[in-house]
Amino acid sequence: MTEVPTSQFKDAAPFKDAAPLNESDPHAQENAAADPSTMILAVEDMHCGGCLRAVERAAMRVNGVQAARASLAAKRVTVTYDSAATNEADVIAALDRVGFEAAPLEASKQDRGDQRQRYLLRRVAVAGFAAMNIMLISIAVWSGEGGDMDPAVAQMFRWLSALIALPTIIYAGEPFFVSAFAALKGRRLNMDVPISLAIILATGMSIYQTMQASEQVYFDAAVMLLFFLLVGRYLDEALRVRARGEAQNLLSLQSGIATVITEDGSQSKVPANALRPGDRILVAVGERVGADGVVVRGTGEIDQSLITGETMPAAVADGTQIYAGSLSLTRSLEIKVTAADDATLLAEISRLMMAAEQGKARYRVLADRAAQIYAPAVHGLGLVTFIGWLGFGASWQTALTYAIAVLIITCPCALALAVPVVQIAAASRLFKCGVMVKVPDGLERIAEVDAVVFDKTGTLTLGEPQLLDAEAVPAGTLAAAASLASGSRHPFSRALVAAAEERLGTVEVARNVEETPGEGLLVRTSRGEERLGSAAWCGVKKTAGNTAEVWYRYGEDAPVLFCFADRLRPDAAETIAVLKARGFAVALLSGDRETVVARTAQDAGIDVFLGELKPADKIAWLEDRASEGRKVLMVGDGLNDAPALAAAHASMSPATAADISQRAADFIFQGRALSSVAEAVDTGSRARRMALQNFGVALVYNAICVPLAMGGFVTPLIAAIVMSSSSILVTLNATRLAGGKRA
Amino acid sequence: MTALAWLVPAALILGGLGLGAFLWALRSGQFEDLDGAAYRALEDEPPDDEDAPRR
Repeated sequence: MTEVPTSQFKDAAPFKDAAPLNESDPHAQENAAADPSTMILAVEDMHCGGCLRAVERAAMRVNGVQAARASLAAKRVTVTYDSAATNEADVIAALDRVGFEAAPLEASKQDRGDQRQRYLLRRVAVAGFAAMNIMLISIAVWSGEGGDMDPAVAQMFRWLSALIALPTIIYAGEPFFVSAFAALKGRRLNMDVPISLAIILATGMSIYQTMQASEQVYFDAAVMLLFFLLVGRYLDEALRVRARGEAQNLLSLQSGIATVITEDGSQSKVPANALRPGDRILVAVGERVGADGVVVRGTGEIDQSLITGETMPAAVADGTQIYAGSLSLTRSLEIKVTAADDATLLAEISRLMMAAEQGKARYRVLADRAAQIYAPAVHGLGLVTFIGWLGFGASWQTALTYAIAVLIITCPCALALAVPVVQIAAASRLFKCGVMVKVPDGLERIAEVDAVVFDKTGTLTLGEPQLLDAEAVPAGTLAAAASLASGSRHPFSRALVAAAEERLGTVEVARNVEETPGEGLLVRTSRGEERLGSAAWCGVKKTAGNTAEVWYRYGEDAPVLFCFADRLRPDAAETIAVLKARGFAVALLSGDRETVVARTAQDAGIDVFLGELKPADKIAWLEDRASEGRKVLMVGDGLNDAPALAAAHASMSPATAADISQRAADFIFQGRALSSVAEAVDTGSRARRMALQNFGVALVYNAICVPLAMGGFVTPLIAAIVMSSSSILVTLNATRLAGGKRA
Repeated sequence: MTALAWLVPAALILGGLGLGAFLWALRSGQFEDLDGAAYRALEDEPPDDEDAPRR
């Protein structure tokens, strides 16, 4: 084994923009003027009050930090600091020392969602306050009606209601009016159009009727309607903000921290997303490469399974192009970062992904599709009522009053709540099972899926090789080979040691082992050389033709063959059986060699499989299925799966997946179990069923109340009862989803 | 009926106070971290960042 001479490193062109790294941190630079600065870090594994304090204390101990406040709900810590005295990397290092992995977030990204959420919550509060007070007054009026209430007092109460209702409707109705106006301007109809129309007409009519001292006053209904609708809107936004926040945390932690070597040879840690072309980074054994680059120093082996889907390690040396997401296996490497927008693999993948996303017809959410049918129906009914009553010879005021009563009674209150409450319940249920809902629409799309397509490496399998037929190897040989391998971090060595430990208990650690990356291990003994490695390394002429093989040879003894293969996730076969039993078509698409794919498919019980596919081939296959009318759930983890994830109807990634795949996926699942996939499909379809049930509840209410309203029998009291009871019923129905036991 | 002259304003003022309190709580970040707040209440040690600017 030869180390790359240092002179070669010195000869390499010095980078031109070798600014001191602490200052190259974009946030520090931005905030240099404003004192003190604020940073927001995503923190992993923060679960309890103890963690919360530990994180805050660790951050506070860093010199220059003025305040630290952790949030358990957001899994983030906000640190106020003096940018002259410290920076993000120091705080991240401090948190790392107490056992918390942290990564910086861009402050601008998370603010907007929060603001919208607060905007809606303020309106919920105002509408709730107004609804309570108006109801207080309305109940007095209703109970006194036709009784002993002085008409003058009743009239004063109506004016009082108007006084509370008008500003409330203008303030709290804003989100609906704005959205309805935008939709009409774009010549579309959405749920907000009938909502806005009903609210505006109800308010207008109520003011008119109040002036006429009539009893048909609907201020209470209009405000309560707003209150329930805003609750639905708020829940929807809260889910979106949470999903987005979790996704950002995950991506920040994934891209992680890179060790940069400065010109004077010292090392410093920077967030990987702050790396620039020309930077030199040091990738230690077991670390992932943070950016695309070229190896400038060191030889070794890397695991590229996230990028190519190939489980077998690849050898790298000086000048080898290396992609972000590769895992350094045997030796630390020094890499020079190249521009990401070159003709790199990543650029190609990104291009394919963008094309796939554009090609995918924009999915219309369930509620909007319902509105498309609902809005014309409601407006039609209102019109029929108006014309009908005119035809029967009623005055236009009466006809209009009844028509507006129809609009109020049919206003899609339960409809607007139906989907958000169910989605919130479904998302928290999935969260408990370790599945993160990244895109809320995904819950609706996954419910429509009728086929599931898996990637092989890292998705169906764990992405770690395992020794095959360990029982067939003589115990003595296995012990000797494992002993030789015990010091190596190569995945085959680890698998060998694991197999030996399982069978023999302990493994003796060999001394004086020499390791040659890409070739093998060697120990010199009095009896000759003990070798473990490739066929050539052990002097074997003919190989089994399988790259997943390692030979062991002691002196001139006959060489012994060890074969390795990737291992299925523990519950893969079971999950696939469950999916098939539920009537899903299951397929396996992989970039790996056909023979390997065939064996994995057989083990997992998948009948349809294809190997040696390029990313574009996967998309083409998915498009063929889509043209057959199939809706596919794609489950994949590699960089090569990212375009397919974007193209599929719904998509899932394990939390170990490549950065870009997690960006593309609708759901992200944690842990080794594949059952999360079945769980997500299951919860999705249950959520859909429940949303439809909720629509059903709303329809039943309408079926009963619309004829009453058209007949002119609806009083403000009936309108208020219908409005609130249907909304409450819909909400209660949704809570069944969150409460149920895990399937 | 004269009771209404003060009962109605009283109801409105009380309701308004509740609304004001909620909006104040929202603005001062009381709802930022509902999970963490549950644990902070059980924290024995005095908070050492009392002079930190409120978010």
